[in-house]
Amino acid sequence: MIRGSLPRRLAASLYRHPRAQLSALLAVPLGWLVVAYLGSLALLLVSAFWRLDSFSGNVITEPTLQNFATLAESDVYRNIAIRTVVIAALVTLTDIILAFPIAYYMARVASPRVRGLLVVSILLPLWSGYLVKVYAWRLILNESGVLNWALDPLGLRGPGYGDPAVWLVMSYLWLPYMILPIYAGLERIPSSLLEASGDLGARSPRTFRKVVLPLVLPAVVAGSIFTFSLTLGDYITPTLVSGTQFIGNVVYSNISVNRPLAAAYALVPIVIMIVYLLVARRLGAFEEL
Amino acid sequence: MRIRRMSALVAVIALVIGACSSTPGTTTKPKPSVPASLGAGEGELKLVAWTNYVVGGTGGETVEGAPDWVTPFEDATGCKVTVKVGGGSSEMVELMKTGEYDGVSASGDATLRLIAGGDVAAVNTDLIPNYKNVFAGLKNQSYNTVDGVSYGVPHGRGANLLMFRTDVVPETTDSWNVVFEGGDKYKGKVTAYDYEIYIADAAVYLMATKPDLKITNPYALDATQFKAAVDLLKAQRANITTYWSAAQAEIDAFTSGDMVVGTTWQYQANVLEAAKVPIKAVKPKEGTTGWSDTWMISSKAKHPNCMYKWMDYIISPVANATVTVWFGEAPVSNEACAEAEKQSPGHCDIFHATDETYFKDVWYWNTPSKECLDGRGPICTEFSEWTKAWTEIKG
Amino acid sequence: MNPDRVARIGLRVATAATLAFIYLPILIIVMYAFNADPLQRWPITGYTLDWIGRAWANEGVRSAFFASLKAAIGATTVALVLGSLIAFAVHRHRFFGREALSFIVILPIALPGIITGLALNIAFRTVGIDLGLLTVIVGHATFCVVVIFNNVIARLRRTSTTIQEASMDLGADTWQTFRYITLPTISTALLAGGLLAFALSFDEIIVTTFTAGSDIQTLPIWIFANYQRPNNLPLVNVAAVFVLILSIVPVYLAARLTGGAGTTGRG
Repeated sequence: MIRGSLPRRLAASLYRHPRAQLSALLAVPLGWLVVAYLGSLALLLVSAFWRLDSFSGNVITEPTLQNFATLAESDVYRNIAIRTVVIAALVTLTDIILAFPIAYYMARVASPRVRGLLVVSILLPLWSGYLVKVYAWRLILNESGVLNWALDPLGLRGPGYGDPAVWLVMSYLWLPYMILPIYAGLERIPSSLLEASGDLGARSPRTFRKVVLPLVLPAVVAGSIFTFSLTLGDYITPTLVSGTQFIGNVVYSNISVNRPLAAAYALVPIVIMIVYLLVARRLGAFEEL
Repeated sequence: MRIRRMSALVAVIALVIGACSSTPGTTTKPKPSVPASLGAGEGELKLVAWTNYVVGGTGGETVEGAPDWVTPFEDATGCKVTVKVGGGSSEMVELMKTGEYDGVSASGDATLRLIAGGDVAAVNTDLIPNYKNVFAGLKNQSYNTVDGVSYGVPHGRGANLLMFRTDVVPETTDSWNVVFEGGDKYKGKVTAYDYEIYIADAAVYLMATKPDLKITNPYALDATQFKAAVDLLKAQRANITTYWSAAQAEIDAFTSGDMVVGTTWQYQANVLEAAKVPIKAVKPKEGTTGWSDTWMISSKAKHPNCMYKWMDYIISPVANATVTVWFGEAPVSNEACAEAEKQSPGHCDIFHATDETYFKDVWYWNTPSKECLDGRGPICTEFSEWTKAWTEIKG
Repeated sequence: MNPDRVARIGLRVATAATLAFIYLPILIIVMYAFNADPLQRWPITGYTLDWIGRAWANEGVRSAFFASLKAAIGATTVALVLGSLIAFAVHRHRFFGREALSFIVILPIALPGIITGLALNIAFRTVGIDLGLLTVIVGHATFCVVVIFNNVIARLRRTSTTIQEASMDLGADTWQTFRYITLPTISTALLAGGLLAFALSFDEIIVTTFTAGSDIQTLPIWIFANYQRPNNLPLVNVAAVFVLILSIVPVYLAARLTGGAGTTGRG
């Protein structure tokens, strides 16, 4: 028998009944995540099989594949999906290339003080606001903006608005989300491993390829989850720096007008991301987030 | 719900009858119920509005340099106003469906959707003293009146104009041709309004240039007419880099030279002229589309008395003058014009407020419906098809 | 030249270039916050301090800033609690659906914002909750949980359980063990995760658009709304610079406290 105050007795009984402890721990978060979030996600996806009564604007809840027929019959939806995925992949690759040098420098070369300053300087722009940064890029990329002004003496012109602008701006926006996981991943590699590799005769490039890269891969994949998914669903940046449509734009413009169609098209990025996440988990990325 | 759908269906049929005959159609359906008298204000009012429509007070929009027309309303009626600014018609329809708001300033492409969806209630204009002074040209329009029953009061009206940089495009330009077939000269720098209703602008152009299509109303397009308009827009797409949906985006683009020619509201033209950017805005000879937003009351309004007071206030002379001078559109009555003259001399002339011939070839935004708005029967394309087509046009 | 030395110089140059790339737009923002011309043209012809005063006096931006602050604090707190709870549950117990749970927890942040936002909007409307600050907090917490969860569980995996058992053997009950043993172990993980969660919440716009309703305007929503109004543009830039400056100290402190190890709480 445990003597003592109520909290102590409660604590003791929880310790002795792991299941109760488990339930207590999980009840609230699970309730919200599974019931509310997943539930409404399911509801949203179910509505992809409903259709719109175009006259009254009300949704008719009878199952139908009409939305998918609409998406299939016109090329434009396929083109938009391809465009979005291609740019998402390009942004991810760009960010990996841009992030690696600075992450490596921070993790393995810089002194602790410099490292600390670099971490701060990378975290800080996250606070300047997504929208504000995109507006700044509008000023840089427009016809008489900073970029053209700088390139003019060289006789060149910037890309202006359009798909390249979206690629450029998104690469910029998500870069910190790629730098940080790679930095953390690189930092965790014990120096002893690198020294051992050197002792065994490998020079730096070889050590990099054979030792560092495989060990940092999960971190890279973890970072790519952010860059890929953030690009996949964004509709604000494409509206501000381009006239082309992305998946997010089509979903957004249909939400009020034809909700079932929007839900049907939303299935595309959902399926893509779930597959991506499953692959990423396989590669160990979930430990590196 | 069934009753509403029934009455909406009958209402549309009545529309057709009404369009074909000069006398109001005789139907046996009961008129939608409207309040017979107003009670006291409920102390609160929640509105959905376009930007710069509800400015001031503590709950209205805060706009630098703008006058405050909400506080006088709150002082006079005790109804405290909060506004949710909608980015576009579809968003506003969505917001009204939640039932959280008392009223909305709906454009013509939203009004019939709201009426058909049962989201707004009919209005008893007898309870709105200032309504009798509203210009006849704004009353009983097909986008705000169904079966002789009024569904709201007008905020103002304006025409969509053709704007161009005078240092790039000839100053004598007076035709939409410059954004369609003539747009190749300005490749990448043509622009258009980013919304499916713009298909009507193409239809207006076709009305003048391809009369054999027999388009009589740019919002009533059968399959052939619709295809012609869509093809015209797909050709135009090649010359467009970005469409504009926010007025500011167009202002920025014309300032920087990213856009040199395209459709606009008077508002952008005013701002650019004030900033000495070399532009000109004209109403082309083929005619144009326009808009007259209607203040409508929610069918689920929790503060209906305050909403009626607002509807009366916003068309009262001083208030209407203030809002239309600020936004850049035509006031709704002679009294409002007189007040507007005091605030901004020449305002009513610039906006052709009393000139009904000017508005003769201005096609106010309307809601494309299956039942043709010009009375040809159920052969026209309706709004969700316009939305799908717009996605295809933009590519 | 020593290849390692070349590599080091190369890395330094690359780092400097990347930092320049990251800060160029920030510099633009700062410059335009002092631009005398309300229309944003380049090059800038004149500078002024006027906008600072106007931004300060603007009620909209002030209340939006505090709304964002409240939402972020609320969301971070909720995420800290829930994320830790889930981390402890997954770490200590084996149960059906354990693998699935760590997958589900990442969904709100991995799925496009528009979908998460829409799903949450549906959830709130179905349950009948009015949209407002509370729903914004819940919405943000939903996708912030994973950040805390990952940090805490990574730390827990590296901590042995024996020390907790020893504490209990010595007579401490569950709460005491938690307070004196477990909490200090995960504190830096919580701090790092909390900082990132706070930033994510403060800057979020898409999910917020769907969960805020009409009564509340967070700073990003205010910025988006004010982009439509010409005279308010420079105020947007001033607000951004203000937040940036304000965040220097907390970010620096947090980075120091977590040993300069970034968001993962290692080190």
